[in-house]
This record gives sequence, structure tokens and C-alpha cells, in this order.
Amino acid sequence: MEANKTKKLRSKRRVERTSNAVGYVILTVISIIWIIPYFYLILQSFRGEPGAYTTYLIPKEFTVDNYVKLFTDKSLFNFPRWYANTFITALFVCVIQTVIVLATSFALSRMRFRGRKGLMNLLLVLGMFPGFMSMTAVYFVLKEIGLTQSLVGLILVYVASSAMGYYISKGFFDTIPKSLDEAAKIDGASQHTIFFKIILPLAKPIVVYTVLTAFLAPWGEYMFSSLLMFGDQTKFNVANGLRQMLQRENIAQYFTRFCAGAVLVSVPIAALFIWLQKYYVEGVTGGAVKG
Amino acid sequence: MVDLEYLKKNPIQKFFYRFGNFFRGLPKAFANFFKMIWRGICAFAMRIASVFQEVYRAAKYGDWKTRMSFVVMGFGHITRKQVLRGFVYLLFEVIFILYLTLFGWKYLVKMGSLGDVAMAEEFNEELGIFEYIYYDNSMLILLYSVLTIFFICAFVYMWYQNLRTCNVLQEMEEIGKTLPNTKDAVRSMINEQYYKTLLAVPMLGILVFTIIPIVFMMLIAFTNYDQVHMPPSKLFDWVGTENFETILGGSGVTGPAFAYTFREVLIWTLLWAFFATFTNYILGMLVALLINKKGIRFKKMWRTILIFSVAVPQFVSLLLMSQMLAGEGIVNNLLKSWGWIEESIPFLTDGVAAKITVIVVNIWIGIPFTVLITTGILMNIPADLYESAKIDGASPLRMYMKITLPYMWFVTTPYLINTFVGNINNFNVIFLLTGGNPLSLDLQNAGQTDLLITWLYKLTYNEQNYSFAAVIGIITFVIIAAISLIFYNKSKAVKNEEEFM
Repeated sequence: MEANKTKKLRSKRRVERTSNAVGYVILTVISIIWIIPYFYLILQSFRGEPGAYTTYLIPKEFTVDNYVKLFTDKSLFNFPRWYANTFITALFVCVIQTVIVLATSFALSRMRFRGRKGLMNLLLVLGMFPGFMSMTAVYFVLKEIGLTQSLVGLILVYVASSAMGYYISKGFFDTIPKSLDEAAKIDGASQHTIFFKIILPLAKPIVVYTVLTAFLAPWGEYMFSSLLMFGDQTKFNVANGLRQMLQRENIAQYFTRFCAGAVLVSVPIAALFIWLQKYYVEGVTGGAVKG
Repeated sequence: MVDLEYLKKNPIQKFFYRFGNFFRGLPKAFANFFKMIWRGICAFAMRIASVFQEVYRAAKYGDWKTRMSFVVMGFGHITRKQVLRGFVYLLFEVIFILYLTLFGWKYLVKMGSLGDVAMAEEFNEELGIFEYIYYDNSMLILLYSVLTIFFICAFVYMWYQNLRTCNVLQEMEEIGKTLPNTKDAVRSMINEQYYKTLLAVPMLGILVFTIIPIVFMMLIAFTNYDQVHMPPSKLFDWVGTENFETILGGSGVTGPAFAYTFREVLIWTLLWAFFATFTNYILGMLVALLINKKGIRFKKMWRTILIFSVAVPQFVSLLLMSQMLAGEGIVNNLLKSWGWIEESIPFLTDGVAAKITVIVVNIWIGIPFTVLITTGILMNIPADLYESAKIDGASPLRMYMKITLPYMWFVTTPYLINTFVGNINNFNVIFLLTGGNPLSLDLQNAGQTDLLITWLYKLTYNEQNYSFAAVIGIITFVIIAAISLIFYNKSKAVKNEEEFM
């Protein structure tokens, strides 16, 4: 009886061990699949040989020329300028969008007024229109006031409708107990004080989330930027600019430089994201998931 | 059917029962929707009625200060201590009148015809040459007309508010209350009326950059604004529902081609949204479960490797992939040099292959994201559910189907709907990966992997076919609205919150 039990236990352990081994194999394969493209990107960015494509993975000759040329050879593509454009845009978008989103969420979450429900439904319905649809009209308006091909116009386009993204932070504000507001109100605090002194300090995760997503979005945005900046390469953002390097007529000469540029964009952004990922997950799961 | 009967059925019957139930529920969902709209209309009508009541009251019982406010907005406020507010009203009125008479009016009167003469050749006697003189610009006429109409609505609203507050002030004066002065008004703006302060700028942004443009584009859908009717040298005109008939019904010269394209693009958009959402969701969850599995070590390392690809900006990953999978790209080259293939695999150049590639690459992009999102939620599933299932001898697959999936499905429905809708409008993945290509002769201005949104982009950006782009935009809206409506209604209807508590 006793022997039988240990036998059973041992066989159970063996099953577990094999299943773990299979798990490790799968995870290793997955990790390789996920890492290899970035590995390839980094390798190519240091490649010395010219041309777009090679028939081997590891370059024969390593060089930092591609990085240097990004900053020195600005005859056709002005990478530092794109980088600066994107950074400036991201900075402004980040500040303005955070203010707008938090203000809207506070008003919709903590205050009760006539038309609140209607307003929320309106924003929901407006969000169902493809954002690009209104872009044509916005483009004409911006052209009339001379804001196409300018960063101000792009920032305006990015932030103007950001109130529609109130959903996640409102969900977070809703979870803060109402009794805190009431206590403060009895002590004579105005809504303004409640917002800045009570709600905001408690909502740090969602503030970080809002700032993070607002800052990251312009780095990968292609659609609006390409339409608004059409014809003026000095105003491109990195996504738009780097894509130009891959056009058929440029790719043979610029592919390795594209890789270098992509690395330069990815490293700080990825570092920032990984540093703040906790807040990101909290934001997404807190707002878009009921639990 | 009562619960007991339902439980007695076998899985296939259950499935059909639920399937039938879903469609049986549809009319009700739509009925509810229309009931909601009807209720909205009723409420709106009541509001309008109360507006007239207020105006009537001001006209009948108002003293001279209030009655003066009919013409000079803010008069009642200025004479009743609320100087600042009064002047804001007055300023608004002055700006409105100036705008309407000097600017808006001349556009508004042409809205019906959208202009008569676009451009004329005229002899310039001073220089002795013929010159082109531009007259009416249909686009500007329509744009400023829409703007003017919104401005008029805003004015009517302000005028009504002016009368309403005048009535209140007069009443307060009559019963001998102290009137709130400017200082009180400012104080209330950071207290009871703080929401107005907070929402003013965000709503202005939405009005100018979303609502007015959407109204404008909806009107454009009923015109023939395209490359051959391009202001300022040409006019465009109202054409009624012709564009809708062309795209949906295939009438007219270009109709059949456009209708065919629309059908193909629509089917692919829905297929894409479905596969992109659910492959990511299910596979990502499996990977997350594997990492969470008891006995697997270095959990943090596996997770970080995956999260790394979420952290890299998406456009980098996508452009990189499009290059790696190109005909002469590294993947094909390596496979060739290893002797595995003779010819390049047309990852991005064959219609069907490109569609599969897009979905597979999207899995590569999306799995880490799902892992990131679901890890925490998966850990929240009560462990005793699994324990008791194990005692009952359930296999891992069964536990996944019966515990994990239903739990996750229940908790993440809103997230899934958002993802589905987001995928319908997923511009980046398609455009940066394939550019909508490969092209096809049958498709009008679209490639074989184009979604509605990238087709819309191409119609705008490459073809300047604004009227058709607007139609596509409206149709996309209708589809998204219908899907959200049905699923939100369903998720509310099946909401059984006790199930996992």
C-alpha cells in the first residue's frame, strides 16, 4: 500500500517534470521568436556593407557610421529635426492632454449636473466615428488659418479631442469614496480644492498612466502627421520620416540608417515604458475591465 | 425555458439554444434602442417647451430691465450688479452680429446652391492680359455655412440663458433677496459650477475639432466633391443620396466596381477584426497561463522579454517586419540559403498570403500586450475552482474551457469590445505593414488587405475623392455603432454578477 502510494507520487512528479520541460521549450521558442527581429534590427544598424538586404544574419563588417551619418548627413533626411519635432509634440501633447482628460474625468465623475449622462453618451457616440473622417474638414480649417505644415496644428489635432478619452480615468475616480468629498465640503473646501488637494493625490496611478500614454502616442502616430505635414519633410515626425527611408527609391541606400534611427527611437521609449509599465497595466485593466 | 430544462440539454443543444436566443434578443435590443431614442426626443421636446415658457414669462412679467435684455443681452445683469456676466453676454452679442453681417451671411445664403461661378476669365485692362478671377468656393461656402449655423445655435442658446437668468434675478429682487455680485459669480465658478470651468476648454475642442468637422463631412457625403469637382477652379454640388447608391447598390458608371470593392473591403475588415481580436486574446492568455504555471521558473524574465516588444514603438516593429518579410527580405533570403525554398514566399505580395501574414504579424505584435493585461486578472481567479476541478478529474483543456475562459470572458468583455472596435479602425498595422497592398485590378483605389479605414485614407490622401471617403466614414460609424450596441446590450443582458463571487 505504502509502496504503491510513493510509486504514484513519483509518477505524478515525473508527469509534472515533463510538462514543465515542455513549458520551458515553448517559452524559449516564443522568446526567440519575439527577440530575434529586434536582434536583427540592432545588428543591421551596425552593418558596414551597403544595400538593403543581405543573405546572412550577422554583418561581415561592424560600424557606427549609420548612427553618425544620421546626424551629419542631412542632405535628404533630417533625422535630428524629426526627433526634435516628435519630442516637442509629445511634450506639449502630454501636458495639455493630461490636463484636459483629468479635468473632464473629474467633472463627469465627481460632480452631478444636468446633461451629464447626455454628454457622456454624446462622447461615446462621437468616438465611434473614424477619427480620420473629421480630419479632412480639420485640414481645410487649419489650412485656412495657416496651421498646416506646422507643429502647432499637429498638437492641436492631437489634443483637441482628447476629452473623449475620459473613460479610463473617470472609472478610476469613481472608485474613490464619495465620503471624502463630503467631509471636505463640510470643512468648507470648494470643488476646486477637493480636486487638487484630495482627488489628484489619491489618483497618482491614473495620472501617471495618462501622462505616459499621452507622451507615447505621438511617437508612433503616422496617419494625421502624414496628412498634415504633406510636402514639408522638415516637419515630419519620426514615424513618418523613417518610413520615407524605406520607400523604393531610398531603401538601398538608407536601410541600415533606418535601423539605426529606429534603435535611437526605440531605446528611450522602451526604457520609459518598462520603467512605468506597472501604471500602464493598472490603467488599462482598471478602466477597461470590470472586476 | 426554466434553468433546469436548460441544464438537462447536451452541449450542442445548449449552443443552439443560446445561438437562437442571441438572434431572438436582437429585435428587442433594437426596440430598446429606438425606445431610448424616442425617450430622448420626448425629453428634448419638453426642453424646447420650457424654453418657450421662459421666454414667454420674460415677455409678460418682466420689468423694463428684463425686457430690455431681449434686445441688449446682459442688460438685466449689468443693472442688477452682475456687471461681468452682463458684459460677457453683451460682448457675445456684438461679436455674433458682426460675424453674421460681415461674414457668415454671405456664405449661408449660398448654401443651397454651393455657388454659381467658380472661376472666370476676365480681361485686365491695366495689364492688357486675361486673368483668372476666383469667385465661389463650394468647399468654403459649405464649411462657413456649417460654422455659421453652429454659431447661430450658440447665439440662440445664449440669448435664452440671458433671459432665463434675468428672470431669476428679477424674482430675487422682488422677494428682497440680496443679489449675487460678480465676486459671488466667480466663487461659484470654482465651486457649485466648477464643472463648467473644467469642461469649457475640452468641450470647445471637441466642438471645433470633432463635431463641426463630422457634420461637415456628413454633408460632404451628399455632394460630388472629388478630383473633377475641386475648388477653387470648379464647383461641387448637392447630389442627394447618389454616392450611397453607388457604393452600396452599384448604380452609375463606376458603381459596380465601387460596390464590389466595398463588399470585399467590408468582409475583410470584419474578418480581420474578428481574427485579430480573438487570436490575440486566446493565444495571449495561453502564454500568460504558461508563464503563471506552477513550477515554471524565471517568470519575470519571460515576461520582460515579451513586454520588451510592447515597449518598442509599434511603427518600428511593423516597418521592421514589412522589411523582413519582403520578397528579397532576410526571411526569404535565409530560407533560400538554407535550401528550404527555391522561390521567395510571397508573404506580402500575394492576396491570400498577405492576409494571413497580416494576421500572424498582428499575433506577434499583440500577444505580449494580452500577456501584460491578463496576467494580473488570471492570478485573481480563485484557486479553489481549479483545485476542485482537479479532484473531479478534469483535464487541463477542460479546466481552461470551463473555468479560465468563462471567467476571463466575463471580466474582460468591455476590453474585448474596445479591442474589436479598435481593430476595425486599426490603421497602423495594415498601413505600415502592407500599405493595403497587394493591388488588384478588380478593386477601386484599394488593395487586397485594405480595411475600411485605410481605404478611407487612400480615397482622401491619394484620390481626393472626399465625397466617397465621407460615405465610407459614415458606413464605418454605422457598423461600429451597431456592433457596440448589440454587444453592450448582450453583455448587460447576460450579466450574472454572482457567478464568480
